[in-house]
Amino acid sequence: MAPKFEIEDLNAWFGTKHVLKNINMKIEENAVTAIIGPSGCGKTTFIRCLNRMHEITPGARASGKVLFNGLDIYGDGVDPVMIRRKIGMVFQKPNPFPMMSIYDNVAAGLKLNGVKNKKIIDAAVRRSLELANLWDEVKNDLNKSGASLSGGQQQRLCIARALAVEPEVLLMDEPCSALDPIATAKIEALIRKLAENYTVVIVTHNMQQAARVSDYTAFLYLGELMEYGPTKQIFENPKHELTEKYITGKFG
Amino acid sequence: MNHYKFRLVKDRVAFLLVHLSLTLALIPLFSVLYEVVQKGISTITIDFFISPTPTVGEKGGGAANAIQGTLITIGLASLIGIPIGLMSGVFLSEYSEHRLSIIVRFFNDVLSGIPSIIIGVFAYALIVRSIGFSVIAAAFALAIIMIPIVTRTTEEALKLVPMSIREAAIALGVPRWKTVVTIVLRSAKKAVVTGMLLSIARIAGESAPVLVTMGYWRWWFAGLDRPAANLALNVFVFAMSPFESWIALAWGSALVLILLVLGINFAVRIFTRERY
Repeated sequence: MAPKFEIEDLNAWFGTKHVLKNINMKIEENAVTAIIGPSGCGKTTFIRCLNRMHEITPGARASGKVLFNGLDIYGDGVDPVMIRRKIGMVFQKPNPFPMMSIYDNVAAGLKLNGVKNKKIIDAAVRRSLELANLWDEVKNDLNKSGASLSGGQQQRLCIARALAVEPEVLLMDEPCSALDPIATAKIEALIRKLAENYTVVIVTHNMQQAARVSDYTAFLYLGELMEYGPTKQIFENPKHELTEKYITGKFG
Repeated sequence: MNHYKFRLVKDRVAFLLVHLSLTLALIPLFSVLYEVVQKGISTITIDFFISPTPTVGEKGGGAANAIQGTLITIGLASLIGIPIGLMSGVFLSEYSEHRLSIIVRFFNDVLSGIPSIIIGVFAYALIVRSIGFSVIAAAFALAIIMIPIVTRTTEEALKLVPMSIREAAIALGVPRWKTVVTIVLRSAKKAVVTGMLLSIARIAGESAPVLVTMGYWRWWFAGLDRPAANLALNVFVFAMSPFESWIALAWGSALVLILLVLGINFAVRIFTRERY
């Protein structure tokens, strides 16, 4: 099976600050890849480079190749807007659109991209909310504000919103860091379910979470990819001393 | 215990000072309102709303033409000023990395500090000298007064929309311009519209720039290239007239003007009420 992403010599900067240094890695399709590492090591920047969200920050730039299904998303003439439709993103803090109902939040991606057929939108809203394990909790309140939900529900709403445009990949930037353990458990179960049909890349600060949900784990340190491999191997038999120190909590 | 009592005393003193200041600030507002209502209410008859300015010696008459003229003038000014202000505000907030934004913001601040009479004289030089005293000239001057207000309030309103909301839309594959138009403006809709309404309230009572661009006109609206009557100028002209009935009309016009501005402020309140 061909990898979903092939990353070659990826470098990223904020102004003059070099935050990602020569990253080379392959991300497998329909699997969960966790990115771990201490604060400020470039985890978030790394996944934001995968759907060209990095460059929307003023002063930020990236170089190198990111092959997505074999196509370099940094190549000439590639429209970042089209890339982002195929590679969805869930953020650290739940960010439902304010002033929009639950229904409109999930439908937003389709409506804003020109889908007008109400039947198609209705079906997509229901399918996405079901996929995000939120349908049963909100099916009678679809017209209520998205902001009226609890934090965990809001995050699942954001996942449903990202899924509604039918991406192939879901990038998650510490999706549980603002949530309590019960909400976290629900999202983790959801991530496992999503991995059946989606490629998931998740940034996490929580090593237990990486061990629980991921198939592959990448350890980033000071902008460099220190170690990358199957999660089992990284956690049970790390090759690099730093990786072992980090996962055993000796620093971080 | 002593400390506690001392704090209690300080608390009471601060409380009193705050309330005293509030009362002092409200006295002029209520005395103006009281005076205008008391003197103006008697002129507010049906005639006031259907008849135009009376001629000398004529009995009755009203301010219907001034209400009409004021609404047309501020309507035209809003049509010019609000879109420009809105778009400038969007530019300053959403494209703040652009080199021009610093210059635009600076000149916008300068513009908001220019006395309105000077803007009137500018409109006089630019428009009155070519097409004459007219609604167009007055609306142009008023629009220039509106632009910095709308620009500033729009910029501030959009800046309050969290970056994460923009990112959420961009990550869904929504182009940047569409994100601004649909998500960002929609999220800040209340504050943006509030700014627009307050700018209308501000120009509704402007008199100096209207005086130099439109002059005084006592008849009905006769076209955008002609002058039109105006409530603020009604107050200005009638208040200095020698006739009792005209002075009464000035008070009536002042009352209607205040009611108009109050109405706009109430509209803001209703509009900004929390829905969710």
